[in-house]
Amino acid sequence: MSAPQEVTGRNPFTGREIGSKAMLWVFALLIGLPCLVVAFSTVKSQGDIISNPIKPPIPSASFEKPESCAAAVALGSEQGPECLATPNVQGYRDAAAQRIGRSFRNSLIVVSVSVFVTLLFAAMAAFAVTRIGGWLATTLFAFFTIGMAIPAQVNGVAQYALFSKLNLTNSLQGLMVVNVAATLPVSVFILTGFMRTLPRELFEAAVVDGAGNWKLFRKIVVPLSVPSLAAVGIFLLVMHWNDLWYPYLFITDPAKYTLPRTLAEFKGEFSTNYPALFAGVLIASAPLVTAYVFLQRWFIAGLTSGAVKG
Amino acid sequence: MFKRGGPSGPPRLLITPPTVKICTSMTSVATSRRRRRSVQRNRSALLFAVPAAVVYGVGFMFPSVQALYYSLFAWEGPGGEDPVYIGIENYKTKLFDDTMFHASVGATLRFMILVVILQTLVALVYSVKLVKDTKPTIFLRSLYFFPTILSSTSVAFIWNFVYDPSGAGLVSGILRSLGVDYRPAFLASPSTALWCLVFTQVWFHAGQMMVVFVAGLQGIPKDFTEAASIDGATRGQTFRKITWPLLGPATGIVVAYTTLQSFRAFDLVYVMTQGGPGDSNATRLLSYHIVQTAFGSRYFGEAAAESVLFMILIASVTFLQRRVLRLLKADVKGAAA
Repeated sequence: MSAPQEVTGRNPFTGREIGSKAMLWVFALLIGLPCLVVAFSTVKSQGDIISNPIKPPIPSASFEKPESCAAAVALGSEQGPECLATPNVQGYRDAAAQRIGRSFRNSLIVVSVSVFVTLLFAAMAAFAVTRIGGWLATTLFAFFTIGMAIPAQVNGVAQYALFSKLNLTNSLQGLMVVNVAATLPVSVFILTGFMRTLPRELFEAAVVDGAGNWKLFRKIVVPLSVPSLAAVGIFLLVMHWNDLWYPYLFITDPAKYTLPRTLAEFKGEFSTNYPALFAGVLIASAPLVTAYVFLQRWFIAGLTSGAVKG
Repeated sequence: MFKRGGPSGPPRLLITPPTVKICTSMTSVATSRRRRRSVQRNRSALLFAVPAAVVYGVGFMFPSVQALYYSLFAWEGPGGEDPVYIGIENYKTKLFDDTMFHASVGATLRFMILVVILQTLVALVYSVKLVKDTKPTIFLRSLYFFPTILSSTSVAFIWNFVYDPSGAGLVSGILRSLGVDYRPAFLASPSTALWCLVFTQVWFHAGQMMVVFVAGLQGIPKDFTEAASIDGATRGQTFRKITWPLLGPATGIVVAYTTLQSFRAFDLVYVMTQGGPGDSNATRLLSYHIVQTAFGSRYFGEAAAESVLFMILIASVTFLQRRVLRLLKADVKGAAA
């Protein structure tokens, strides 16, 4: 009945094949299940989460509002969690009450400026390294890349001292500066690696045609470097968007919190309020998750180039 | 902005094959420079490096040097009284007296070793099964990679929920729905808390390292393994004698990156255990401990000394790993000859 086995194909019914399939799906479940449960818990009532965490958010037939709820409404006061049916949006309301919208805006501003400026400065520096040549280029390259060996977690305390002296703590600008400073090394490293592969003849031809360095950079190097700029850009986007370290050290004013910083505060606020906590997680992750769904390959390539070279 | 398969096409992993590219990138700098000597150099392009050099030099490199300076002072930090010079007193305290610092170094090293071993193993084993570019494997690779794009704060909350020993927790909830009333302490017990963090970290980053291994595996010419199987080598032999040695550079990258990543794990500790449970220091990783010294106890000078010692620790571990990996490589070469 079964089709003849290909020469290189393996029998799909051996124990080994089944074992390896099972292994793959176990890990898939290990990643998929918690993420799914967290996502749908945002609309479940706290009671429903406690009674069965993995049940999807379908309304339960047996749910009855306790009588005290009506009384609370009549008095104009807040209803307790026992008054909520599944599904509800109370979790998102609670998250919004913690000004998560404001943090979202802060994150957008800080991240877009940080990513853009890092890319621009790093591309310029990489161009300089490729263009000048000789011992000077080697020195410059070493100067930039030595920073890759120093994790931000080692540097943070001294950076805090410096930035507070410069009055750059508790400010979004300060956060941008430190983001750029900390991610320049790996960006310069990747971009230099790429620009070195560009054909020198192009440079020479442009120079013969009378192009200055700025024109060469803008008209030739940047357009040709788009793939690696995109990879580094995605790497920076994920790094900056998710970063808790610098906002934690530098920002104490809640009006200047970025998303991860606000989210970390949820721990004290909502330690037992899972719907609110997870609504925060979902809001903070949504932009990157959405982008990831459509641009998986770019994300994987970009983040991995950061990993491989950082 | 980028369409899949747009004009320039989706990036076929920029790192493929990592084997050749990465390990030679440093040395090829010198050789390719020599080849290009003839090309007219342009010193005025140096100006282009100025903005990056200033921001990075002042904002990142300068504080690294400053940490050395601060470490010689007794100081409460910015806003406190003037620093008092005390020489290497901070280092003496840290190296000989401070038991909490010692516990922290121990936890950091334990965490690093466990994560490196587990994450490398998981990534390697799974990458072998994901080498071929079929639809299911591409899907699984993307799924395994998925946690990488989450923030560590989110990951910490997800796993807090998984480990929650009250009925609402994922594990205890599943167990209960299976009729088992067993609530492991997980993060609440000093003997398991570190393991819980290790597991979370591996869940978080193994998918990313898998991609590195897959790229490495795909860079190995098919002929090699085919020739081996024609010669009658078993799968195990082929892996040991051909795949593993050729995978050396990828392994080097994975180990080095995983190590550095484990040293950076501050967020997980901050959200999940605060260095505890309780006063146990079981998960008091250095990244967390240093922040506590600087901002919790306001011993800024001591924190600077701890940062310097942390840097020395990282450098020594990295150096040791390089030596070990080189030894392994030399071994393989010797066996092949």
